[in-house]
Amino acid sequence: MKVPYSWLTDWIAVPWDAAGLGERLTMAGLELEAIEPAAPQFTGVVVGEILSAEKHPQADKLRICRVATGQGEPLQIICGAPNARAGLKSALAKVGAVLPNEVKIKAAKLRGTESAGMLCSAKELGLSDSSDGILELPADAPLGAALRDYLRLDDTVLDLNVTPNRGDALSIIGIAREVAALSGGKLAGPAARAAGAAHAQTVAVHLDAPAACPRFAGCIVRGIDNTAATPIWLRERLRRAGVRSISPVVDVTNYVMLELGQPMHAYDLAKLEGPIRVRFAEAGESVTLLDGRTAQLQPDVLLIADAAGPVGIAGIMGGARTAVSAGTTSVFLEVAYFAPDAIIGRALRWGLTTDASQRFERGVDPAGQQRSLERALELIQSIAGGEAGPLVLTESEAHRPVRAAVTLRRAQLARLLGAQFEDCRVRAVLEGLGMRVAPLPEGWRVEPPSHRFDIALEADLIEEVARIVGYAAIEERDAVACERVRALPEAAPSEQGLLEVLAARGYQEAVNYAFVDPQLQQRLFGDVPALALANSIASDLSVMRVSLWPGLLRAALENQRRQRDRIRLFEHGARFEQRESVTYEIDTLAGVACGPRMPEQWGLPRPMREAADFFDVKGDLEALFAALSAHAEIRFELQAYPCLHPGRGARVLREGKPVGWLGELHPSLVRSLEFVHVPVLFELDWAELTLDRPAYREISRQPQVRRDLAIVVDESVPLSRLAERVALVASSLLRDLRVFDVYRGPGVEEGRKSVALGLIFQDFSRTLTDDDVARLVAAVVADLRVSFNASIRE
Amino acid sequence: MQELSSLVEQALAEVAQCAGLAALDEVRVRWLGKKGTLTERLKSLGGLPAAERPAAGQRINDAKARVQEAIEARREALTREEIERALAAGRIDVTLPGRGERRGGLHPVTKARLRIEALFQRAGFDVATGPEIEDDFHNFEALNFPPNHPARAMHDTFYFPDGKLLRTHTSPVQIRAMLERGAPLAVVAPGRVYRCDSDMTHSPMFHQIEGLKVGEAVSFANLKAMLHGFLQAFFEQDLAMRLRPSYFPFTEPSAEVDMSCVFCGGEGCRTCKHTGWLEIAGCGMVHPNVLMASGIDAERYSGYAFGMGIDRLAMLRYGVNDLRLFFENDLRFLEQFRTL
Repeated sequence: MKVPYSWLTDWIAVPWDAAGLGERLTMAGLELEAIEPAAPQFTGVVVGEILSAEKHPQADKLRICRVATGQGEPLQIICGAPNARAGLKSALAKVGAVLPNEVKIKAAKLRGTESAGMLCSAKELGLSDSSDGILELPADAPLGAALRDYLRLDDTVLDLNVTPNRGDALSIIGIAREVAALSGGKLAGPAARAAGAAHAQTVAVHLDAPAACPRFAGCIVRGIDNTAATPIWLRERLRRAGVRSISPVVDVTNYVMLELGQPMHAYDLAKLEGPIRVRFAEAGESVTLLDGRTAQLQPDVLLIADAAGPVGIAGIMGGARTAVSAGTTSVFLEVAYFAPDAIIGRALRWGLTTDASQRFERGVDPAGQQRSLERALELIQSIAGGEAGPLVLTESEAHRPVRAAVTLRRAQLARLLGAQFEDCRVRAVLEGLGMRVAPLPEGWRVEPPSHRFDIALEADLIEEVARIVGYAAIEERDAVACERVRALPEAAPSEQGLLEVLAARGYQEAVNYAFVDPQLQQRLFGDVPALALANSIASDLSVMRVSLWPGLLRAALENQRRQRDRIRLFEHGARFEQRESVTYEIDTLAGVACGPRMPEQWGLPRPMREAADFFDVKGDLEALFAALSAHAEIRFELQAYPCLHPGRGARVLREGKPVGWLGELHPSLVRSLEFVHVPVLFELDWAELTLDRPAYREISRQPQVRRDLAIVVDESVPLSRLAERVALVASSLLRDLRVFDVYRGPGVEEGRKSVALGLIFQDFSRTLTDDDVARLVAAVVADLRVSFNASIRE
Repeated sequence: MQELSSLVEQALAEVAQCAGLAALDEVRVRWLGKKGTLTERLKSLGGLPAAERPAAGQRINDAKARVQEAIEARREALTREEIERALAAGRIDVTLPGRGERRGGLHPVTKARLRIEALFQRAGFDVATGPEIEDDFHNFEALNFPPNHPARAMHDTFYFPDGKLLRTHTSPVQIRAMLERGAPLAVVAPGRVYRCDSDMTHSPMFHQIEGLKVGEAVSFANLKAMLHGFLQAFFEQDLAMRLRPSYFPFTEPSAEVDMSCVFCGGEGCRTCKHTGWLEIAGCGMVHPNVLMASGIDAERYSGYAFGMGIDRLAMLRYGVNDLRLFFENDLRFLEQFRTL
């Protein structure tokens, strides 16, 4: 909210300059967002009066004016403004004046005639964005006075951020009340004048929804001139508060709203038909608003209606049918209290946020209608004349909002804030905020003022005390520490430790959005159901990821585009699976590797310079699992998965339980996504990455014996099955089984492969003899011949 | 015996000429081996008169010893030379790069988060987590945001057709932690949060960490001490902190937390927009309605809560000047943070 400093000083003596005030308000919860001068810098501009205005002999649009400044002879000024006329007081920039943007005024000749200065428009003085003539000052403006002094332009506008709980602070009087509470000063605003009724005409008002609108003050003003000029001082205040001047009636309603926080509405009486009803909309009703739009109304929308239907949405915007115009001669003024519940959330349905809705949603003082109406009547009559009728207050006493008293306990205040305050200080703070305070044995009974909608609980009062005393006054204090040692479950690995395993193997952590491009996701996973956002910010960020792969592949492509040849990325985050329309949020660790097996370096054998494949990343996963368990069995089972190469993708199982997937991206996707190298992907369920506590196993003191075998089997026989049989036959004497080569080519038939196994035998109780080992190997070979039609390669 | 001494001379000359260990061994065999010249001499002592034998034997043995000694010395010299040669041949260019994998690293936001978690864990807080898809109850209602409340408009919420939403803050974890664990408790809850807002300084997804402490005598003064201590520890600077009254539906009193600018020390610079202060967190005492919605006796217990942006802390700590860099996954950026 924009608060001109000078306006505030109408209401209270401010003991600080504008910057100091901003600082104090900020530290009391009304944050200063900006502080700006009310007008740009200019000098040498005075109030001048045009004594005569003659047409310039050489130019149709120019006038030669004689302008009095109260000193010396009148000056000759050439002016092109259409409103330059004899008798008008305006702003005169004399020779030597400097206007905004460093415009210097010099004596000049216009079409052969001397001009000793310039008559200025509001735009030229930086007081408006547009002007259609020179500034029009009232007749009583003091001749020769510096314009800056006369208009009090050496003023500052504070832009304050008012939090949604403080509707009471959305007005000059509201800010003045804060200043009073902070400074100990007293409010001294312009007193409202109750004028007697000059006629007896009224509009009947029926409160059909008294809980939503319990109070409605109305008054008819007849015989006004709505073409009268709003005085410059009022327009200036509106301007500084960020409101455009429109017509006397509208300007006054805006002015009172800004000053007292009470929104009001003026109807053209001639267009109003019959009595007013304040009621909820009926199904199917609509209203054309002031801005020309037609709003369809729902039954929870509060309306102002006359005999012919809706004339406005209560507390949000008036209707076009009864709008005030230049030709309006009689108005009906509405000054009502609408309950926040009846207004909240409605305006946004039509994309509206109006000054009125903003205030009613947050709460307007339910006791302020009469005063605001009186203030408005006074101002309208002084500008546009007219005669006011009786001020009629329609009210449902039973529905008038009441502020319940709240008890503030001394002990609770000290306990919650961790600080002690003297009783008299607490009481002074609360009373300074306009609360009625009565002492109780345990503290105080506090009645909040009608304008404070945010005070209903003890905590609300504690906040008020802390806020006004100042948070800085509460000293930091360490809590009493609890010394009990807390649990540290060993089965949960350190996140950092786990991520470091991948980092040490060359992977860089990525962070991707949780919403992805539905097209990319569909290309990868087909019609796997995904949760779509109702209000995404972009079509390529509109569905929740069912896997971390779309994001990782996108990131890999981006890095490939940045000329990265070797990419290793991983991510830890949630993926969102939909199963039977239930969403499962699964904590996931996933990664992608593409490009050379090793970073480019010297001395690497040729195979190590090739692009990474399934087995490189499998090695990374094995390292990860090795960090989690010494003994857990990890298996990789060939299985088809939508976006993986059908022959190079595997389900990962830990102790038989599926924990994730590993595989090379499907060749068709590699091509269509334009990857240079085949990406190898993995994805693991984080919850399954538990840590097995190490448990000591006896070490054999006997020597171990190694025998190597080259077994030729069909391509279709996986190593896992060979290993299973070897382990079964050699039983407890097999300590380790190593694969040190897989060979295909000359010497091995087509469709077969030679697998070189290193068998390591060891017993616990005795040294194995050559005979023992020979028997074991013979048994293994015999079994493999039978089980897999294996042959031994010499 | 002239002959013996010339034999020794000859042997010593041969030893001196040996260029390698193998040649030296041949010389040794020729002179001192089982059938070596000097060994044979010893065998021929039998032909001498008994009275001469001891003296002659002594001389031959002396001669053998001299040759032996010369051989040993030569062997040592040759061995040394051989090592020297091997060493010279084995010399490498130590400036060539090392072999193997090159380290990756953690994301800077993760690094900052882990550091924040560790600091709060040192202060007795547990780390808690919660879902990113939330319901209205946990994200708003239990946090004292009534339906249609203007404060909801400050959260640009992503919704799903069924009314669920992407959490707009980590505060719902407060509710879950209180409902699950009861009082007393102290947790921090880091995680990803979402708001439909995207520009230079806003990302639709970002990271927050929430703190919550509930106990029998938890006060605003404690909150100030905890936050100030944390900021000083995180930035390893003796920075100033101030709390400004503000409004969050779920805390009361509520405050915005400013710290003195980490770049200019409060003197005023571009980062702090010449105010000397950086807004770094929101905090307050847990609203009694929130305690009650979470099944905690608000008469017996009080609590404080705070929330801050991990991304912002990471930006300030590591000097990152554009939030969007965190979500572009550019390896040239990420690799700058690969230290432990």
